[in-house]
Amino acid sequence: MVKIPATDKTGLEIYSSNLVMKILVIEDEQDMRNGLVQSLQQEGYTVETASNFDAALDKIMVYEYDCILLDIGLPGGNGLELLAQLKREGKDGSVIIVSAKDSLEDKITGLNLGADDYLAKPFHMAELHARVRSVLRRNTLNGNSQITLNNLLIDPIDRWARVDETPMIFNRKEFDVLLYLAINKNRLVHKNALAEHVWGDRIDEANSFDFVYSQIKNLRKKLKEHGAEVEIQAVYGIGYKLTA
Amino acid sequence: MKLQNITTAWFVAALVLLISVWATIFYFALLNEIYDSIDDGLDNQKQLIIQRAAFDSTVLQHSEFRESGYSIKQVSPAAGINFTDRYVDTSLYMQNEDDNEPVRMLTTMFRQNGAYYQLQVITSMVEEDDLVAQLLYSLLWLFFGLVLSIILLNKFLLGRIWKPFYHLLQQLKKYQLDAQSNINTAPTRIEEFRLLNENITALLHRNKLAYNSQKQFIENAAHELQTPLAISINKLESLADRGHMNEEELQLLGSALDHLERMTRLNRSLLLLSRIENKQFNDTETVDINGLVRQLVEDFSDQAQFSNITIAITDEAPCVVHINRGLATILFTNLIKNALVHNHAGGSIHIRIGDKKVVVENTGDDTPLDTTLLFARFYKKNPSAASTGLGLAILKAIADLHGYTIQYSYTGLHVFTIQLK
Repeated sequence: MVKIPATDKTGLEIYSSNLVMKILVIEDEQDMRNGLVQSLQQEGYTVETASNFDAALDKIMVYEYDCILLDIGLPGGNGLELLAQLKREGKDGSVIIVSAKDSLEDKITGLNLGADDYLAKPFHMAELHARVRSVLRRNTLNGNSQITLNNLLIDPIDRWARVDETPMIFNRKEFDVLLYLAINKNRLVHKNALAEHVWGDRIDEANSFDFVYSQIKNLRKKLKEHGAEVEIQAVYGIGYKLTA
Repeated sequence: MKLQNITTAWFVAALVLLISVWATIFYFALLNEIYDSIDDGLDNQKQLIIQRAAFDSTVLQHSEFRESGYSIKQVSPAAGINFTDRYVDTSLYMQNEDDNEPVRMLTTMFRQNGAYYQLQVITSMVEEDDLVAQLLYSLLWLFFGLVLSIILLNKFLLGRIWKPFYHLLQQLKKYQLDAQSNINTAPTRIEEFRLLNENITALLHRNKLAYNSQKQFIENAAHELQTPLAISINKLESLADRGHMNEEELQLLGSALDHLERMTRLNRSLLLLSRIENKQFNDTETVDINGLVRQLVEDFSDQAQFSNITIAITDEAPCVVHINRGLATILFTNLIKNALVHNHAGGSIHIRIGDKKVVVENTGDDTPLDTTLLFARFYKKNPSAASTGLGLAILKAIADLHGYTIQYSYTGLHVFTIQLK
């Protein structure tokens, strides 16, 4: 039997809008910067980079970005100073601070200066994508952010999902897991990244895999019952990948 | 003991000694002077009597003291020839006092018309006991007067003089190394206090620099470790994501990733521990512990359910403490997590919250934990477990920072009691 695709299927585009989002990565460590750029480009973003304070300042003063990933410890100056400058100039665009310091003071200062989020290194790329998506959804897409995966449609703001026209019933955590995997569609998501994102970093790391697995099992069952054309693959010992 | 009291005590002790020695010397000097003067008087009287006896022979008949204060009697030439003047203290009945009173008596010999006579001249003496008593009274008055003066001087004068010192003490009491505040020393003309002020200000300045550089070091260490960790994790994940690895290769990769994750947690925990011990959590607020614990238990509910562990909360009393909210969250998260992790499937956790007191009881191993090692860093009952071994050390550090006490006991259940403040 051949399954007929849903008529409102809009393809594999993550956004239902066809805007190309422009992201600036301000990061001095070359390997880190390359990793970020590669991963963001895979998602279809246009990515530019700056590796020090002055280069970053030049770029943010001249161009407009939808999202800026900002490292605090930069050669030539403090990233927070860049942030202050950016806000003084009244520039639009979301700012996510990406810091290795993980210091409460920096976090509070950064958020007070108008940063949209704070991500402490090290982080999983999956988490970065979720954060970027979240700030873009809030600040740029004006709610036009439904995710379509074949016949599965997910609305992250109103928090519903449906297969074709049939609504699915999830509990809060199941929806969070699905959304996180959907945002990171076709990308391997580490089990810890998923566990920390959905249950917070308080989760016990020791048996997180078993625990996450039991949640995934429920989710798979529901997706299957509704005939959703997505699959959650387990990648042995590492995590999960949602393919559509 | 206060400086004022201690100086007063020393002054009083010194005064007692000084006045005693001085009084003794003064007494004998005074007495000596009195004798000298009396003896001169007696000698003078002796000359006068002998002169009178030369032309008034009735004087020689004056063998009783009576009212005149002298007596004369004839003695044999043998007794008189080699006689020197003798002064003695003796006593004599005095009519006015109706008592024997001390007198000073001069005994001498003189020759008149070939006969030897013994002449005794007396004069009234001071009463030594009266003198001593009088002297003692005066000295006691002097002593009390001096002590009173010292106390008053200490109170008013020393209070004024030491003012810069107490001002500095007040400032030091309030001083926090991590806060922005500096100490203001009061200007003073006293060199010692000026030096003290200068040196303490300089010392605090140096400490602040050292503290800041240590803080900087922690942040740098974090930066230096976390960035390579981030890169390694991201690269390995990217490698795994390419999807052309077999299961065995993925397993190796997964294991490497797990250990990098563990290192990340370890690094974060160590940094947190350093921050707590460096008191870098200053912003405190009033935290409702009942609400916080309820929220945390809610957060853990999926995990508890998965392990089939029931968590019950009993609110015995409202519990409100003044603490940094982040630290309070970490404190109770670690407490609950500990009870959850070191439990068995189908077990239970009971949290009782009283006024400034939280008790967590959980099922678990049948043997009590080693209380001497329990809160030590990297202590793990099961060495192969993936936990960092820092959870309870962090708990303890937070408790120590706030003066809370944590007790562990085993009653068949593992009981952690935390006494808040």
